[in-house]
Amino acid sequence: MSNRIQPASRRDFLTGLFSAGALILGARLVPAEQITAASDVKDATWNPNIWIGINSDGSVLIVTHRAEMGTGIRTTLPMILADELEADWARVRLQQAIGSDKYGSEDTDGSCSIRDFYDTMREAGATARAMLVNAAAAQWNVPLDECGAHNHEVLHKKSGRKLGYGELAAAAAKQPMPHNSTIQLKKPSEFRYIGKGVPSYDLKDMCTGRAVYGFDAHLPDMVYAAIERAPVLGGTLKSFDDAQAKSVKGVQQTVVIESAKPPYGFQALGGIAVIADNTWAASQGRKKLKVEWESGANAIFQTDTYKRDLIQTAQKPQKVVRKAGDVEQGLKGAAKVLEATYYTPLLAHAPMEPPAALAIWRDGKVEAWTATQSPQDVQKTVAQAVGIKPEDVICHVTLLGGAFGRKSKPDYVAEAAILSKKVGKPVKIAWTREEDIRFDFYHSTSAMYFKAGLDASGKPVSWLQRSVFPPIGSTFDGKSEYGDDGEMSMGWIDVPFDVPNFRAENGPAKAHVRIGWLRSVANVYHAFGVQCFIDELAHAAGKDPVEYWLESLGPARKLDFKGQAEKFANYGKPLNEYPYDTARLRRVAEVAAERSGWANKRTAKRAVGFAAHRSFLSYVAAVVEVDIDSGGKVRIPRVDIAVDCGPVINPDRVKAQFEGASVFGTSVALFGEITASDGRIDQGNFNNYPVARLNEAPLETHVHLIANDDALPTGTGEPGVPPMSPAIYNAVFAATGKRFRELPLRKQKLV
Amino acid sequence: MIQLKVNGAAKQYEGDGEMPLLWFIRDHLQLTGSKFGCGMGLCGACTVHVNGEAVRSCLTPMSAVGGKEVTTIEGLSAHGDHPVQKAWEHVQVPQCGYCQSGQIMQAAALLKQKPKPTDRDIEAAMSGNICRCGTYQRIREAVKIASGQKRTVTA
Ligand code: FES
Ligand code: FES
Repeated sequence: MSNRIQPASRRDFLTGLFSAGALILGARLVPAEQITAASDVKDATWNPNIWIGINSDGSVLIVTHRAEMGTGIRTTLPMILADELEADWARVRLQQAIGSDKYGSEDTDGSCSIRDFYDTMREAGATARAMLVNAAAAQWNVPLDECGAHNHEVLHKKSGRKLGYGELAAAAAKQPMPHNSTIQLKKPSEFRYIGKGVPSYDLKDMCTGRAVYGFDAHLPDMVYAAIERAPVLGGTLKSFDDAQAKSVKGVQQTVVIESAKPPYGFQALGGIAVIADNTWAASQGRKKLKVEWESGANAIFQTDTYKRDLIQTAQKPQKVVRKAGDVEQGLKGAAKVLEATYYTPLLAHAPMEPPAALAIWRDGKVEAWTATQSPQDVQKTVAQAVGIKPEDVICHVTLLGGAFGRKSKPDYVAEAAILSKKVGKPVKIAWTREEDIRFDFYHSTSAMYFKAGLDASGKPVSWLQRSVFPPIGSTFDGKSEYGDDGEMSMGWIDVPFDVPNFRAENGPAKAHVRIGWLRSVANVYHAFGVQCFIDELAHAAGKDPVEYWLESLGPARKLDFKGQAEKFANYGKPLNEYPYDTARLRRVAEVAAERSGWANKRTAKRAVGFAAHRSFLSYVAAVVEVDIDSGGKVRIPRVDIAVDCGPVINPDRVKAQFEGASVFGTSVALFGEITASDGRIDQGNFNNYPVARLNEAPLETHVHLIANDDALPTGTGEPGVPPMSPAIYNAVFAATGKRFRELPLRKQKLV
Repeated sequence: MIQLKVNGAAKQYEGDGEMPLLWFIRDHLQLTGSKFGCGMGLCGACTVHVNGEAVRSCLTPMSAVGGKEVTTIEGLSAHGDHPVQKAWEHVQVPQCGYCQSGQIMQAAALLKQKPKPTDRDIEAAMSGNICRCGTYQRIREAVKIASGQKRTVTA
C-alpha cells in the first residue's frame, strides 16, 4: 500500500529536487527568499531518498510534500520520518516540495495524508537510519547488532563510542541502499514523536507575522491585477469601456481574459483584468470599468425555485443506489409511518485567506508561488491555460490561510499565469472576499426525502431515503446530474442502521454554478438528513435518542453493502484493511454520551442533541448542548466529540482539528447559505455570509480521542464536521420542541 | 505628503489619501504580517495599533494616520516574546495561522486596556476577529494565560 522508497543519486538530490527549491532559483531568476524562507540546502551532503538529506553539520532536511492549511500535516509527516530516523526534531528543517510527480500525489485533500504516507515516511526514516548505523559499524569494524541509533547519534553499546549523524553522513552516503524488506521499523514503545506529537513547524512564524502565505508572495517588479468577471457562470463579454479605469493613477493597462467554456473544470473564468502598480490602484481601476455582459444560460438560476424543484424531485421515485428487503412491504406492516423532507443550501468555503497567486512567464515556462492544496493540479491547469507542458510549470507551495477544499481548484493560479504571459511581467492576483464568495466552487445544495416505518415497539423496520443534489461531476462534465460512487458512499449508501427493508435513491439535478468539494463533502448534507431523521424516529418511538440510536445500529458487524449497493467506495481503501466496523461506531457513540453526561443534562432551557457518523474511515460522535438565551437565541455552551481515527499520530493537532470542526460545523448549522438571483450570487462578504465568531461558537469543545492502536490510522481533517449540524438541530428540537429540517438555523430567527 | 511612524521608523507616503493603511503596510513597506480578510472591517485580520489602539487597517485611510504611530505584528515585540505571543505559542492557538496576527494585535490592545479581562471582556474585544479554522476556544485560553489569570493548558 505504501509508495516504494526510490533511491536517488546525489546529483538527483541536488539538481532534481533542490535546484528547483527557493534558494537556487532565487539566485538564477528571482529573489525568492522574499517569498519562501530561504532554504540553505547546498551543503546537504547525503540524501538516502527523495524525502531527506543530512548535512555534515548534522542538520537534517526533510521534504514535506503536503500543503499546510491548518491541519499541521506539513509538520506531522516529517515528524514521522524523524521519529524512525531517531533524529532530534530540534535539528530538523523542512523543505516544502514543489509540484512534482516523484512524490506521488501531492494533493492535500480527502483527509488522506497520514493513511497514504504513514508507511512511506516511516520507511524513509528507517532506511536512512539503517544506512547511518551500517556506516558506523563499518567504521568501527564491529558487528552491526552491537550498534544502535539514538537521538541523532549512532552508539556502539559495548565500547560506548558514538558518532553523530553529521559525522556519518558522508560515509553513510556510500553505503548500499538497503532493500525495503530488510528495513526494521521501530516498535511503538520506541517512538520518540509518534503518538506524542510536536508543535507546528510554523508556530512561531504564525505568532510573529513572518509566516508567508500566497497572499504575501512578492517580487520586486511584479504588477497587481484585479479582474472583473461575468457575474453569471458562463456569461460572456459584450462590450466594455476602460477609459476611466485607465485614468486611475497607478493603473498600467487592461487585459481581456477569454471567457471559460463548459465544462469549466479548473479553468480561469475569464474577464477583464486591470493591471496596476499596487493592490489599491488595481481595485480602484476595476471599479471604474464599464462592462456589459451577455448572461448566458445560467441566468435562469434562482435558488428559491431551484429548491422547490429539488424537493419535488426528492419526493418522486428515483435511481436506486442501495436496496435491501422490500421497503413498500415493510411500510405496509408498520405500526407507525414517518415522512420528512430536509434541505441544505449551497455553501461557500470562505477560507480566511482568499485565493491568491503570483506567476511569472519566462521563456516558455511558468513559475508560480501560491497557496494551493495541489501543486500538480496547478501544473496541469496552468500548462493548459498558457499552452505549455505541465513539467514546464514550477509550482512553489506557500502556507495556506485555510482552504477547506477551495484551494485544490487552481483557477486563480491560471489567471496569474495567463496575465503574466500577456503583460510580460510577474503578476500577482489576490482575490477580494467578494470574489471569493461569488466565484467559488460551491458545496452542493441538496434535498432529501425520508420515509420510515416503525413496528409496535418503535423499532425501524423499513427505511426509504432519496437525495437530490447537483454533483461535483458537473464541474468536469457538463452533463453529469447524479451523484457518483464517491458522493453516494459519503453517508448515503453507507447508512449503518440495522433495518431489514432499506432503500436509498438518488435523483438528478443540473448545476448552474461550479460545484466543488468542501470539508467532508457530501457527508455534510447526508449526515444532516440521516442523523436528524433517526432522532425524529426516536422521539416518535418515545425513546431516548442515544439509546434508540444504539438499538437501531444493531449488533456489532462489519458492513460491506455487498448485494445491496453497486459500489461502496470506502474512500478508495479496501474493506479488509479499513472495515466499516459498527462496533467502533458504537464505541464513539457511547463515549460521547458518557463523557458529555448525556443522561443528566436536560433542563427546561438546556438540551442536548446527538449524532454519530463514519467518514474518511474515522468514527466520530458528537453531543451538543444548546441553551436558548433570554432573547430566544441559540447558544452552544458545550460540545463533546469522541473520535476513533485509529492510532493518533500528533494528538494536539488532531484535537485542534476536531475543535475546529466543531466551529466549522456550527457555521454550517447556524449561518451558511449561498443564494442566487438571475444566476448571480447574492452574498459577498461576512456581513451576508456570516461564519461563527468567538461569541457564537461553542464555548467549549471537549475532544475524546479513543486510542485504537490495532487499527490503521485514518482521517482527521474532515470527519469532525458531519455530526455537528445534526447534533445541533437535534439539541434545538430537545430545547424547543420544534423540528427544523432546513439549514441554516439563522432562517428560523434562532440565531 | 503624509508622514507617520511604523514600528518606530519614520515613513512617508505620497499618493491617494483614500488608500487604506493596510495596503501601505503590505504593498509599500512589504510588512505582510497584517492580513487581508474582508476589506470591510468585518474580520479583524488586518488589525494593527494606531497610537496604541487596535484599528482595522483595511478601513483606515492614509489621510487619517498622518503624524500617528502605527504598530504592526512585526513591531509588537523585538523577539516575538510579547506575553500574548508567548501565550499563543504555549496554547498552540494557530491552525492555518492566517487570522492570528490580527487576533494577537487585538488581544494585545485588550490587555493594555484591561490587564485582567473577564470572560465577557474577552468576548466583547475578540468577537470582531474571525478565525475560520475555529481556534476560538484556545484564543480565550491564551488571553487568560497572557493576562496571568491562568497558568497552564487545560486538557
Ligand atoms: S480585512 Fe480588515 S477587518 Fe477584515
Ligand atoms: S487559524 Fe486559520 S483562520 Fe484562524
